[in-house]
Amino acid sequence: MADTQHLKDLVTQVRRDIVRQVHAVSSGHPGGSLGCAEFLVTLYNEVMDHNPNFDMDGKNEDLFFLSNGHISPVLYSVLARAGYFPVEELSTFRKLNSRLQGHPTTHEGLPGVRIASGSLGQGMSVAIGAAAVKKLNGDGKTVFTLHGDGELQEGQVWEAAMYAAANKVDNLISTIDVNGQQIDGSTEQVLALGDLRNKFEAFGWNVITVSKGNDIDAVLAGLKEALSSTGKGQPICILLHTEMGNGVDFMMGSHAWHGIAPNDEQLAEALRQNPETLGDY
Amino acid sequence: MKIYENTGSKDTRSGFGDGLTELGQNNKDVVALCADLTGSLKMNAFADNHPERFFQVGIAEANMMGIAAGMTIGGKIPFTGTFANFSTGRVYDQIRQSIAYSDKNVKICASHSGLTLGEDGATHQILEDIGLMKMLPGMTVINTCDYNQTKAATLAIADYHGPVYLRFGRPKVANFTPENGEFKIGKAVLLQEGTDVTIIATGHLVWEALEAAKALNEKGISAEVINIHTIKPLDEEAIIKSAKKTGCVVTAEEHNFLGGLGESVARTLSLNSPTPQEFVATNDTFGESGTPAQLLEKYGLNAENITLKAEKVIKRK
Repeated sequence: MADTQHLKDLVTQVRRDIVRQVHAVSSGHPGGSLGCAEFLVTLYNEVMDHNPNFDMDGKNEDLFFLSNGHISPVLYSVLARAGYFPVEELSTFRKLNSRLQGHPTTHEGLPGVRIASGSLGQGMSVAIGAAAVKKLNGDGKTVFTLHGDGELQEGQVWEAAMYAAANKVDNLISTIDVNGQQIDGSTEQVLALGDLRNKFEAFGWNVITVSKGNDIDAVLAGLKEALSSTGKGQPICILLHTEMGNGVDFMMGSHAWHGIAPNDEQLAEALRQNPETLGDY
Repeated sequence: MKIYENTGSKDTRSGFGDGLTELGQNNKDVVALCADLTGSLKMNAFADNHPERFFQVGIAEANMMGIAAGMTIGGKIPFTGTFANFSTGRVYDQIRQSIAYSDKNVKICASHSGLTLGEDGATHQILEDIGLMKMLPGMTVINTCDYNQTKAATLAIADYHGPVYLRFGRPKVANFTPENGEFKIGKAVLLQEGTDVTIIATGHLVWEALEAAKALNEKGISAEVINIHTIKPLDEEAIIKSAKKTGCVVTAEEHNFLGGLGESVARTLSLNSPTPQEFVATNDTFGESGTPAQLLEKYGLNAENITLKAEKVIKRK
């Protein structure tokens, strides 16, 4: 097993960044952000070959597209702590004249963001385009995406899934955050997703399940397996089972914290559960 | 009066197809995407010549717009091709978020716009697309008038960085602009100088405007005719200058009067030089099945109606 203590420390700090960003403006989406902290920390720090000296074209580096843009707090924290922009800038999240818009955008020129997202279901298509151009350019790097499970209710995702398999977009790794929650309730209650493994396999994807999506070792193993499966004629889907609100006990176990900010007492408790590791912004 | 000759009727979509073929040979960064309408969009030659740069996405326009946006990352210049209805209304949010807001260098190329799509009827005849596209910040909106101009525009937009909506059509129409003429995005073309009324037209109605000017001339009325191929950014200077000279304006377009060229012209004039204006456009209605000529006549999108509106607006001076 790899020494992942530095990743765990980073995850704890990212959790603090998430709840502090959201608390400061009393808005934003902490639940899904917390659930994906281990995934994004691992992806950016152990898996992707990427350049924090941001260049939009991203030639000869791995690319990541966040399709479920509402979990911007976790993306911003991970990008800042990977060196894309100053960590102090996290204090501008969702404020007027900020590059850290409510949902990620290229419009204000935030390094690390290559497409706007927020209106759901569009990221896989964009990633396919970027992956196709990597092949045209003779660039052997990989394109990663992250989607919410509720987001799979958008039809465009399945247009993209059909295309990617039919056209052997095998330099694409799309991860689904399977937390079983969406705004109005559980995915079972709102619109049941059915058997996602069977669905993606029927569409022609190579599906990898990570049942412990909040365990860094499990996430790392899943991502490495996915990376070693590229170039074999199939796009790759990781079904990442996570807990919404992971790491803050009162935010876990329901959809309640999808898009609600903690108050002062709740923030204090969330921070108490996640002691400072790498320094707050 | 300047005489314009139809050098042989052609469809504007063939101008797009031939322009794209030329781009394929001369610009290695150009890629093309189509949603199962390759023949209708005249994209076959590009697809045959450059299979590695042609992407058939199937009947999935939303996915096509997203893929096109992604292809700009890495330096390609994607041209998407489908009918105007499926290029705009069907995929508005994809264009809004992934292309316009994300400032992606995508060329949205739309055939079969307006009533002249003909017999397929209103499900396919979009008359709202100029409005939809011009409302998007940063979007350039072009509606060309004939084969030669459509080909020239296709070449020109590849050299311009930013999202573009290029609108053209299905039927064979008069081809009268210069072959291999220069296309300047955002620059009006003064086709006919006149003193009594200004006719500002776009797309298929430019030829009708020239025909109207001839009819008006026979009645002793001197009409100025301006071809506005770029609705956004609009050549406001040319419009204001002409309106000040003639004192009245008729706008003509194959589009709803709501959201079209006429509204953009009215805004320009009301801010700078208030001028009586009449609109030749559809009147907040859907289209229907029929031949292009029948439809243009029924909905008043022809030289005859432009002539009537010109006479009417002159009386309002």
